[in-house]
Amino acid sequence: MNIMPQVALDAAATQISMPTKPSAVTARGVNVYYSDKHAIKDLSVDIPARSVTAFIGPSGCGKSTFLRCINRMNDTIPICRVTGEIKLDQRDIYDKSLDVVQLRAQVGMVFQKPNPFPKSIFDNVSYGPKIHGLTSSKAELADLVEQSLRRASLWEEVKDRLEASGTGLSGGQQQRLCIARAIAVSPEVILMDEPCSALDPIATAKIEELIDELRQNYTIIIVTHSMQQAARVSQKTAFFHLGTLVEEGDTKTIFTSPRDKRTQDYITGRFG
Amino acid sequence: MTDAPIARHTGLHTTAGARAKLAARYRSEAIFKGFGIGALLVAGLFLAVFLSTIVREGFPAFFQNYLALEIDLRQDEIDPQNTRDPKVIGAADFDAVVRTALQAQYPGVTERLERRAISNVISSGSGVLVRREVLANPGWIGSKRVVHVPVDDLIDLYVKGYMTAVQRTKGTSELEVSGLRGPVELSSSANSFSGIVDAIKVQILGRLQKARAEVAGRQRVVAQLETGLPGLMTTLSDAPEGASRVEAERRVSEQTKTLETARSEIAALNATIENFERRLRAAGQREALDRDLSSYFVRINGGVIKLTNVSASGAQGVVLVPPQTAAAAAPGSWELVRHVTPESSRRLPDREIIYAESLIERGLVTQSLSREFFLGGASREPELAGVGVAVLGSLITLVITLGLSFPIGVAAAIYLEEFAPKNWITEIIEVNINNLAAVPSIIFGLLGLAVFLNVFELPRSAPLVGGLVLALMTLPIIIIASRAAIRAVPPSIKEAALGVGASHQQAVFHHVLPLAMPGILTGTILGMAHALGETAPLLMVGMVAFVVDYPRSFSDAATLLPVQIFMWADFPEMAFQQKTAAAIIVLLVFLIVMNLAAILLRRRFERRW
Repeated sequence: MNIMPQVALDAAATQISMPTKPSAVTARGVNVYYSDKHAIKDLSVDIPARSVTAFIGPSGCGKSTFLRCINRMNDTIPICRVTGEIKLDQRDIYDKSLDVVQLRAQVGMVFQKPNPFPKSIFDNVSYGPKIHGLTSSKAELADLVEQSLRRASLWEEVKDRLEASGTGLSGGQQQRLCIARAIAVSPEVILMDEPCSALDPIATAKIEELIDELRQNYTIIIVTHSMQQAARVSQKTAFFHLGTLVEEGDTKTIFTSPRDKRTQDYITGRFG
Repeated sequence: MTDAPIARHTGLHTTAGARAKLAARYRSEAIFKGFGIGALLVAGLFLAVFLSTIVREGFPAFFQNYLALEIDLRQDEIDPQNTRDPKVIGAADFDAVVRTALQAQYPGVTERLERRAISNVISSGSGVLVRREVLANPGWIGSKRVVHVPVDDLIDLYVKGYMTAVQRTKGTSELEVSGLRGPVELSSSANSFSGIVDAIKVQILGRLQKARAEVAGRQRVVAQLETGLPGLMTTLSDAPEGASRVEAERRVSEQTKTLETARSEIAALNATIENFERRLRAAGQREALDRDLSSYFVRINGGVIKLTNVSASGAQGVVLVPPQTAAAAAPGSWELVRHVTPESSRRLPDREIIYAESLIERGLVTQSLSREFFLGGASREPELAGVGVAVLGSLITLVITLGLSFPIGVAAAIYLEEFAPKNWITEIIEVNINNLAAVPSIIFGLLGLAVFLNVFELPRSAPLVGGLVLALMTLPIIIIASRAAIRAVPPSIKEAALGVGASHQQAVFHHVLPLAMPGILTGTILGMAHALGETAPLLMVGMVAFVVDYPRSFSDAATLLPVQIFMWADFPEMAFQQKTAAAIIVLLVFLIVMNLAAILLRRRFERRW
């Protein structure tokens, strides 16, 4: 049932301590269908651990769809069907015996629009640890919340108003709160679905800074429409087009000497 | 609209056609706005008329006049052995005790008819009320106590001014009364009663005109018959033997008879007309007052005399309250009282008004909030009928309704909205729930009758059954409102919960449901308000019962507020009409409170995301 009870136990024991061995995600021959629409076609990719991988590509190319396959968020869409193999730390996440709830605790997600719970800042961050039983006392929980907020560079701004509503924060703060919320359950991978698209440039800069810091401890996959952002924050970039992975590689290589014509056209702004 | 944008727009609309179009657009917008304001005004007007009518009609029924009656609670009549046993006390004849106490207020009155009129002044349930008081305070026995008993509903209406207007004029002459009892003669030193004589003459004139019109009508009939009769006679003589002859004979005899009747009626009417004309011409003659005219009384020397015959300077009357002396009363010391509404057009006899007036003059009648209305149950006596029992019945019925429909409704909504697979079965269920909300409520009553009463044999008139039926009725409303509220929670909240590893159920119960709760509660309260005002289905399960006592359990007979209103609306008594309006006010207050609660809940818990 549990894909990795060992890790869950570790997480409980060491609380916020770094995941000891961040997993790489490997996908082989992934196909995704929405009813009869073939959204992702035979996609294979390796995502290295403890680094930032950016998915770029024009709208509707399937990058978000693939991202949502990694924590099986697509399961909530009844018409969506996934075939192929996605492995997290050498375990098939589409294995029938896998508990999808445990998977989502390991693969955190930050959404396009900041979506804090309409609760207090503290409750926002502590919700995950509470339902997963990561702490055994109130003090521990408070400690965990503080560390998560610190890691999301939000602590200094909210430490005096933890009981204030999370929805009362500014957009950038809300998004960092969402990141703190994701970090609080000690995931190994954090998926970010255009996390800065609803934010102003200053908030975006802060989030990017944060992503760069988080890279030390987490595997981060980010979907972005901004090529500059991809170039700034990621070490590896994958270019999607019409449901296929056109090209992937070091960010530097992709942006300076793409092998594929379509990649070159896209990053030079000729389409998309 | 400010000037600046128009000025800028005129630059855009340069052709005549475009300008015409623009003008047309402004016009149609103005018309639309006008219609909207007009509709609002009309609606507001109707609401104001409705509310003011209800309040004007019903507000007086919140109050009741009570008579402060000093009652001698004699030991030997109530509890001769001094047992203080509630059974013994309860068995005592309190009606007699109250009657005696009331008669004591009128020392001079002994006639049986008069005594009956006196006992009509207070509520016939006074004995029961006094018994209840004494049972609660057994220490009262053996002493005199002042108990406030409700006056009869007609007296109550009279005091509130609904029965008749009363005009009083001071006598300007000296008036003498011939006796202290029975029929008496009144003689005045001036024409004190000429106004009454004039009124009688006006009445006679009206009757005279009516009689003349009747004579004219009869004469037309006679003329018609007289012209037709010769023809009929010819037909009769020409008719051959047999059936047609018999028929002709029958018709002739019939018409002759009608003619005779009409003629004799004309003769009788003419005699009456002559009589009327003579009375109109005559002066100084005594004229009789009858029940179709206002009633007139003379209050003299502490007594009251009802006038029966009057001439300009004298009158004949019947003593209702005996005067203290037969001495002549000086100008200004006696009073002529007129009850404007004729006795024949009201249900309260003059005699009772006079007896009640005597109590009112002594300051014994006071108006206060009606205990009976707010705490009482059903009664045939309007002054004892109240909404208390019905309000409690409504409340415990709503408890059942809420207890059943809220959990079931919310659970069904959560399941259908969040967990149910989307297939044709759930589709059919959805369509049916939506349709059920539009089913006439009486159908639910029939269902309750067929299933709960006939199959499960639950008791009739019980809040349990009423609550079940209303629960069936409100379920679809609650389900629909709850589903809408759940659907209104942004999916991003659920995604966020799933994203940190909450299970679907956790996401729904920790995040979606709390956010949907204000909407769900609003829908539920509105559904409850709907149920509170429902009558038809309850009629089907026998809740039109005449319920006097508070229900003590869910299976006791009970009635509900709207059903009580429905029943009262059927009673002819004016007091019940007012009680109906008053009960409607109570119902409206409950509905307004519930709706306010819904609004407050929405305000209080409304969240931004």
